[in-house]
Amino acid sequence: MEIFKQTNFDFLGRKWPFILLSLLLTVAGLISLWIKGGPKYGIDFNGGALMDVNFIKRPPAEAIRAALRHKIAGEIEVQEIGNSQEVLISTGARDDNALQVVRGDMLSTLNTAFNTQEAGKFDINLASQSGLADRLREPLTRGGVLLSEDQLQGVTKAIAKFRDTPPRSGLISNLDDLSGVSGVTAPLLKVVKQECFPGNFAIRSVETVGPRIGADLRQQAVNVVLIALAAMLVYIGFRFEWKYGVAAVIAVFHDTIITIGLFSLLGKQIDLTVIAALLTLVGYSMNDTIVTFDRIRENLKLHVRGSFSSIVNLSINQTLSRTVLTSGLTFLTAVSLFLFGGQVLNGFSLALVIGIIIGTYSSIFIASPILVFWHNMAAGKAGPTRATAVEVRPAGTGKGVKTAKTVK
Amino acid sequence: MKPLRIKFFLILGVVLVCLYGIIGLPRSKAELIANWQNNIHLGLDLRGGTYLVIQVQQQDAFNANAGTVAERLKDAAHKAQIPVADVEVEEAKTLETANNVAIVVKGVPAGQAGTFRGILSEQFSQWLSKPQSPTDYRLTMKPTEALALWQQTLAQTKNTIDKKINALGLTEATVQQRREDKDSELLVQMPGVDDPGHVKQIIQTAAVLELYDVKGGPFASREEALSQNGGVLPLGTKLIGAATAADPQNSRGGGVYIATRTPVVRGPDIRDAKPENGDLPNTWDTGFVLSQDAAKRFASYSGSHIGQRLAIVLDNKVLSAPTIQNQINDQGRITGAPSQQDAMDLALNLKAGSLPASVRYEQENTVGPSLGADSIHQGFIAGIAGVLAVIVAMLVYYKRSGINATLALILNALILIACLSYFGAVLTLPGIAGIILTIGMAVDSNVLIFERIREELRAGKAVIPAVDSGFSKALLTIIDTHVTTVVSCAILFLFGSGPVKGFAVTLVIGLVANVFTAVFVSRFIFDWELSRPKPVTALSI
Repeated sequence: MEIFKQTNFDFLGRKWPFILLSLLLTVAGLISLWIKGGPKYGIDFNGGALMDVNFIKRPPAEAIRAALRHKIAGEIEVQEIGNSQEVLISTGARDDNALQVVRGDMLSTLNTAFNTQEAGKFDINLASQSGLADRLREPLTRGGVLLSEDQLQGVTKAIAKFRDTPPRSGLISNLDDLSGVSGVTAPLLKVVKQECFPGNFAIRSVETVGPRIGADLRQQAVNVVLIALAAMLVYIGFRFEWKYGVAAVIAVFHDTIITIGLFSLLGKQIDLTVIAALLTLVGYSMNDTIVTFDRIRENLKLHVRGSFSSIVNLSINQTLSRTVLTSGLTFLTAVSLFLFGGQVLNGFSLALVIGIIIGTYSSIFIASPILVFWHNMAAGKAGPTRATAVEVRPAGTGKGVKTAKTVK
Repeated sequence: MKPLRIKFFLILGVVLVCLYGIIGLPRSKAELIANWQNNIHLGLDLRGGTYLVIQVQQQDAFNANAGTVAERLKDAAHKAQIPVADVEVEEAKTLETANNVAIVVKGVPAGQAGTFRGILSEQFSQWLSKPQSPTDYRLTMKPTEALALWQQTLAQTKNTIDKKINALGLTEATVQQRREDKDSELLVQMPGVDDPGHVKQIIQTAAVLELYDVKGGPFASREEALSQNGGVLPLGTKLIGAATAADPQNSRGGGVYIATRTPVVRGPDIRDAKPENGDLPNTWDTGFVLSQDAAKRFASYSGSHIGQRLAIVLDNKVLSAPTIQNQINDQGRITGAPSQQDAMDLALNLKAGSLPASVRYEQENTVGPSLGADSIHQGFIAGIAGVLAVIVAMLVYYKRSGINATLALILNALILIACLSYFGAVLTLPGIAGIILTIGMAVDSNVLIFERIREELRAGKAVIPAVDSGFSKALLTIIDTHVTTVVSCAILFLFGSGPVKGFAVTLVIGLVANVFTAVFVSRFIFDWELSRPKPVTALSI
């Protein structure tokens, strides 16, 4: 199967619609960033507290927000994770001391507002394995279930594992479900039911970030992306020529700006993993550009007939098959991550998906025209571009490939 | 044939080494799973656990150091019979200004300035002195000395926290310097800890125990204490508040004591501590044992101060001020702990030693085990889906040669996971994403080669020369593209935190392994196919 047999699209000739599209996307992104006052930073960059709570029956987001607002100052954001009973609660930045307190405050507010209360009983969905063991030790002896310490730890570990693996994901809704767990006998289950009750929610993760670290990280993120771009410029300048380096870096920079702009338009948060994705894209987008540039260099060495821009066009056509296929396959894996990878990687995989599309597009429609433009600018002062006297048929292009007849 | 056979065994060797690295030599399914779990270290975000970023308040250590030096300076001046009016420490208030702590000496008689400066340069050469006036001097720390103190404080804090955490039974926890260029941040990782509250409390308790000679007290308040002495503190003393009744450390009343500036016994002098049953039933005490040196000092002090009061000060609060009945050698007891847990905690803290500087929590991240299990599950599904999609696409597009690429891909993934196991690298959720991404990018090398081969075939070359030049022409491009991605991963590694570092590492290992599998292994499979006795006229590509 072959999709691109011997194509001969005039990419450079038809560059203007695509450059306009790029400009449009860039401007749209920048306007969105300007209106919203910058990118939407996650707590990695802003500081604050983030709590991931899984409910058996999720209350409406507004109710959660209202309950928390009583006890916790500052802005509170409650984000429902679709298709599940999970909720992400985040509070705004505050100083280190306040942060220490806020975690406890959030937990106690959620407890009073949304948890079923059963006096004297132990909430099994908020318990750690050792806490459960400590709680059950005496009642088990009193109830006539004699276990050694090892056995007790073993059975509580099994219960905790049962609770924490999918599909229960941290919540037991019915204590009878425990009867299948290894080590849980009927008398033991009876004691458990006497001592414990299944609470309405479980805390999946808590993250608190102080303001100083957040600001630090923001500064570093910008620095790092700039360093990466500079490193690319140096490497490509060294392997090819400076104008190739500049064209490649402008293209990748354009990718980064558009991706951040799209994130802003879509209202998505930018956290540390998104920056990781952007850096990966910087490296990856270079790949496409390098493959094309390599081909251009090879064609120049083989003294292929024609002007510089026609050689560039030819090179793009020759590498088109590879570019589209590779990007397509990497895109498949990124999409797979986005669809199945879960909520934690959501920003990361979205950045990859957007970035791969834009990166491929920019290698074809942005990097090469810039290169030609630069070359012609530089050569325009030195005289018309080359046209070789001897026609040497380069290997691999076969018969019938047209090269442009006019000298631009 | 011969080179081909060597290549075959080389590849087989690599496969076996990788398999061994991942699952060892299992004799049963249970052992296989156990080996797998031992070899692949899961990061905190997949296992569940807590990580803390701690900022060491270096200025505390600098201030303490300046305090000791000031005392020594006073002694030295006294011995040389230079009547100095005052030696004060200008404390550093924040972390950024820690280096600027200064000692101000006032009132050195002009006539003895020479002798004084002599003392400074002989005994206090780590400090720079600047005369403020004919009689006053200002000493600041030399940069080399300051740097040494930064690093020493960080190392000491790290070791103490390490001891405390291990004493709590968290044997898998680690404490490390967070970044090479930041001399004041520590990263504590505690797998399996759901609620770091108790741990944080232990870490933060300085538990600085000091014994002071009491000059006066207890007074009801600061003002009362000062008024006894005409409104100022007597020379060489300081005020120490007593633990109030609300303070869990002490059940007796509050108040203020006047004590000598320098303690008789301080934290590092304590050799051992343990909780003990109190004299009254259901009460707990913490007993402590002094080191030999300190014991000698304490014996001579207590022997000569019988009938006077000794203040037991914990974290700058007077716990009690008993009268010395007789000479005490090396043992002491702190009474009145509210519970057994408190006595144990205090003993733990005394033994671990006090932190040279206090700490602040900058960042705290707790991942519960259920989120970890879900993340692994989701990562796994995404991985399988992605890899299957790629394999199907390759087979459809490149027919039989697609099998070639698939085998190379699988070997690539195998090498990647084995490397993680051998290097003891930690697998995080972004790391899993890195593996999946590597698969996607790895396929690029194969595509480059196959497209080139197709071109050569189209240009009319025979099969074997076409494969040959396909590989050789594509090699340089493959290397170029890999280098750029590796460079950006290196930057990511230097900059990122734990999980992101994991991502960078898996991506780099995957790319390096890819050069091997795409070029060497792929080539081998082609060569093997083409070396069959039946001449091959067409290539399924």
